[in-house]
Amino acid sequence: MSSILEIRDLCVSYGKVEALHHINLKVAAGQIVTVIGPNGAGKTTLLSAIMGLLPAKGEVEFQGEVQRDIEVEHLVAMGMTLVPEKRELFGEMSVEDNLLLGAFQRYRHGDRDEGKTMDQVFGTFPRLRERRAQLAGTLSGGERQMLAVGRALMAKPKLLMLDEPSLGLAPLIVREIFHIIADLRKTGVAILLVEQNARAALQIADYGYVLETGSLALEGDSRQLTDDPRIVETYLGLGGKKPSGAA
Amino acid sequence: MDLQIALLLGQDGIVNGAIYALLALALVLVFAVTRVIFIPQGEFVAYGALTLAAFQAGKTPGTLWLLLGAGLLVALIDTVNAVRSGSLGRLKRIVLWDLVLPCAVAGLVLGLEPGKLPLAAQVALALAIVVPLGPLIYRLAFQPLAAAPVLVLLIVAVAVHLTLVGLGLLFFGAEGSRTTPFSEARFDLGMVTVNGQSLWVLGASAVLIVGLYLFFGRTLYGKALRATAINRVGARLMGISATMAGKLSFTLAAGIGALSGILIAPITTVYYDTGFLVGLKGFVGAIIGGLVSYPLAAAGAILVGLLEAFSSFWASAFKEVIVFTLIIPVLVWRSLTTHHVEEEE
Repeated sequence: MSSILEIRDLCVSYGKVEALHHINLKVAAGQIVTVIGPNGAGKTTLLSAIMGLLPAKGEVEFQGEVQRDIEVEHLVAMGMTLVPEKRELFGEMSVEDNLLLGAFQRYRHGDRDEGKTMDQVFGTFPRLRERRAQLAGTLSGGERQMLAVGRALMAKPKLLMLDEPSLGLAPLIVREIFHIIADLRKTGVAILLVEQNARAALQIADYGYVLETGSLALEGDSRQLTDDPRIVETYLGLGGKKPSGAA
Repeated sequence: MDLQIALLLGQDGIVNGAIYALLALALVLVFAVTRVIFIPQGEFVAYGALTLAAFQAGKTPGTLWLLLGAGLLVALIDTVNAVRSGSLGRLKRIVLWDLVLPCAVAGLVLGLEPGKLPLAAQVALALAIVVPLGPLIYRLAFQPLAAAPVLVLLIVAVAVHLTLVGLGLLFFGAEGSRTTPFSEARFDLGMVTVNGQSLWVLGASAVLIVGLYLFFGRTLYGKALRATAINRVGARLMGISATMAGKLSFTLAAGIGALSGILIAPITTVYYDTGFLVGLKGFVGAIIGGLVSYPLAAAGAILVGLLEAFSSFWASAFKEVIVFTLIIPVLVWRSLTTHHVEEEE
């Protein structure tokens, strides 16, 4: 399968401290790929570096094109989009305006189809339609996450990167959000999902990577990872219930 | 003081206040989007007025050479950067905006004898010279420092201000100028006479303010500027580049400044350094709005205009002192009533 995103030998340093060491990672078109790992493993750093928010060494190939001198705006225009951990919504603007701004790059390049895309986003998140005139800052946590994802979808991305969409949300809402993420696969968008909630992430993903203290420790089909005793013990919290054997 | 004098002073205050309001809005805009406290705002007022005056005196304004020079400099820097990073696709845009546009303006000014054109065409030409200086100055002085702290940006703003005042003296000399009024009409309203130019100032200010309101409320680019002001990271992730937002806000600020200068030039004599004081009074208005609220900034600026008019009657020697002392109670009031909110989450 052709890959939409390919990361080769990516290293990121904060000053003298190297936070990510030689990461190699692939996302195939139409796939959901997840990166799981504990707090502080470097998951957010990884997404920020791919998006061009942090300087990094190594190669990022997006849609078959090696990105040199990565600029966020350029990547957004090419179809990459990131829903950051902190959502970064425009709190003093309405839900509708937040969504509209998601289509900014497309609009700039002459695409005036944002009304139709917004209807699709409202179809995915009916709650946002009800709240369309409300200020983003007054939404509940779950609604804010929906708005952040909806705003990213307004760019009609080819690759959607989600940073901890379950963070700070009630279990019921987490389920709803993951349901929607799994459904998004049908629209053809590839998804790179970074999560601490390994169980939920592996359930919807095709392929998974495990990031530990800045290095990829494991990778494999998500079903394979779900059965891997190391994963089970460390991330799924069922230590001892499954027989340990082949790693 | 009788009623007639009060009305006269009030009229004066509101007309000046309208100009301060425009400048206050520009200051709030530039600060919100780029975090630059735009001290050189006033220089655009002087440049606009004096460029128009130069046309009417049959001279070629020096600002034209500044436009050509700044354009050339920016084109050089950007071309080197583009070649270095291998993105040659940018060259077309560089040539168009930094070389072709200034040369086209120069061609018009040198070829047309602007002094003989109708006033509207003169105003358009003056704006065509002064407004592009806004984004060029942003590119040269502020874009490389986009991530710098507010204090550094303020110091650079002071440097840009001093440079522009010096250039203003070089271009226009130490003598002040006045331009012909837009209209010679006078209207008798009971006890006071209102002259046509005052109405022009008020009308144009009102139109501009409504225009800005619609721009920020209704257009995607206006919303993109607001978004940058609210959440820089979020805006970048939407593909709204900080550079684009910075250039756009500086263009608007330069336009507002130049137009204010052109509006007041028939009422008061404008010198090369007049802009600073006018800009500072806009700044007091903007401070009343806390550098964030547009309506409060505009209201504050009108208050500054009225205060100035009445204090020039009662204590003319102290009128500037009174206006600028207003900042102290305003700052005390603001620091008591607003609480600092850290960045969300």
